[in-house]
Amino acid sequence: MTSTTAQPGRPLAPVVPPPDAVVHRRPRRPLTPYLLLVPAVGVLLLGLGYPVYWQVLTSLQEYGLAQQFGQPPTFIGLDNYARLFTDERLWAVVARSIAFCLVNAFVTVAVGLGMALLMRAVPTIVRVTLQVTLLLAWAMPMVAAVTVFRWLFDYRTGVVNWLLVRIGFEGYAGYAWLSQPLTFFLVASLIIIWMSVPFVALSLYARLLQVPDEILEAARLDGAGSGQILRSILLPMVKPVLSIVLLLQIIWDLRVFAQIRLLQDAGAPVAQTNLLGNFIFELGIGRQDFAGAAAVSIFVLLLTVLLSWPYVRSLVKEDAA
Amino acid sequence: MSGRRSARMAYGALGLAVAALWAFPVYWMVLSAVTPDARLRQIPPSFLPTNATWSNITSVVTSSNFGNALRMSLSVTLVTVVVVLAFAFLGALAISRFRFRGRRSFVLAVLFIQMLPAEGLFIAQYKMLSSVGLLNSVVGLTVLYAAAIIPFTVWMLRGFVAGIPADLEEAAMVDGLSRTQAFLRITFPLLAPGLVASGVYAFLQAWNEFTVALVALPAESAQTLPLWLRTFLAASVNRGVNWAEVMAASTLIAIPVIVFFLLVQQRMASGLVSGAVKG
Repeated sequence: MTSTTAQPGRPLAPVVPPPDAVVHRRPRRPLTPYLLLVPAVGVLLLGLGYPVYWQVLTSLQEYGLAQQFGQPPTFIGLDNYARLFTDERLWAVVARSIAFCLVNAFVTVAVGLGMALLMRAVPTIVRVTLQVTLLLAWAMPMVAAVTVFRWLFDYRTGVVNWLLVRIGFEGYAGYAWLSQPLTFFLVASLIIIWMSVPFVALSLYARLLQVPDEILEAARLDGAGSGQILRSILLPMVKPVLSIVLLLQIIWDLRVFAQIRLLQDAGAPVAQTNLLGNFIFELGIGRQDFAGAAAVSIFVLLLTVLLSWPYVRSLVKEDAA
Repeated sequence: MSGRRSARMAYGALGLAVAALWAFPVYWMVLSAVTPDARLRQIPPSFLPTNATWSNITSVVTSSNFGNALRMSLSVTLVTVVVVLAFAFLGALAISRFRFRGRRSFVLAVLFIQMLPAEGLFIAQYKMLSSVGLLNSVVGLTVLYAAAIIPFTVWMLRGFVAGIPADLEEAAMVDGLSRTQAFLRITFPLLAPGLVASGVYAFLQAWNEFTVALVALPAESAQTLPLWLRTFLAASVNRGVNWAEVMAASTLIAIPVIVFFLLVQQRMASGLVSGAVKG
């Protein structure tokens, strides 16, 4: 769940309302808490605070090759932003990132909800099997997962092409999935959905477990069908968790970088498959346009803070409880 | 009732099919890792381990850069875990045991920071490390990892610390222990599960991390395992990828992660269930 880690959104435990914490409010020596915070705050300022400060500053300066060779940067106000936001390449990337993010987030949550409901409906042994496989997929390191999918979709000896040919789609013999933007994003989405569904499914399932059996029993006695129980009891009960996991998926899928980068290694058209993170990387590391990269980064950070607001608010409420 | 039972059977079959689909990539990775490469190039593919071999794994382990990358990954991960646990624990203690001016701002900052994407910061982090000569170093990468992992760890540990009533400590002090003794003998042992869970969390994050490592460790000699796996695959592309060895390499990286994850997840899950009972 941390920011700087490559797998977008792989917290360790499903989201579930915590037990009420007992906090004792007693006045103590006022200096102690600040001293306790010094090491953590120090590392945060060094590792994140300074980079943010540098980024804000650089995004307002001319910072090209000349500055690389020692010329002092000049302040140019919002020119970098103006330059980028009139560049249609950026808008193509933004549109692509948003579309990719929304499709993946909604599909992930829909599949996750389906699986959570399925886990309720199956015999215990099947449910445990499902839980273990979900944990396996959840635990896979991102780089290993992308590598395995590249092997599954390998154009020559990949098992996917073999299977498609086998069931009658002859056209897929030797089909190169990763060299067309559309099928490239299909494979990328499959990886992301495969990796993200476990978190959603297990979070929603944990919530479903909190629905008291008596309520369901009573509903059944009153003659409610399973469709009615789903609509009137189960879905309203999981709704709070559902909206939180959807929001988290949107935030995490907006920052997909590494999966795309690793898949591009297979020979994809880079300019047509870049998402926001890849665009920043190419601008900064690739073309040494640090001012431009800084400006786009600021845009991404602001977008994240904006989107995170409802989630953070819900956590703060939990903290106050 | 037989209608409901047959529905349950149908759902069961569907559940097994979904489980098989979800497990397949992991199964395929491990299977390919123990299959000779020549067999992987044949059609139709083999879905069961026939003539399994360790040779892929041994040739990966003895390959030129694996040892280096393993050493690098272990050092970065170890230092990160120690730093994160120590600093985050102190921070968690501050926000769960004390009320002070600025506490709310700190909590808010922590929550927002843990949402920030690496992709919005890594260019600046790259420039920062390169300007102080810390690219390709354990220290440089560790500072970035610690900063990224500490916020969530503070938040996680806060829950564990808050779950231990301060009364326990006070009772021990009434019985004659000093504050430090009371903390070390009473509170600390109760915190152990929380520290283990946070430590494993930090381990997993640092061990798997790719994006920040990509910018902070540009030299091939300084690569961590995830970067090394990418290079290993890229090097193999020209010769027609040796998928057997690439899958052996992926398996080697994934196994410790899966083991740790399953261990800690169980611990977390029991905590979740007890929470559910109370809530």
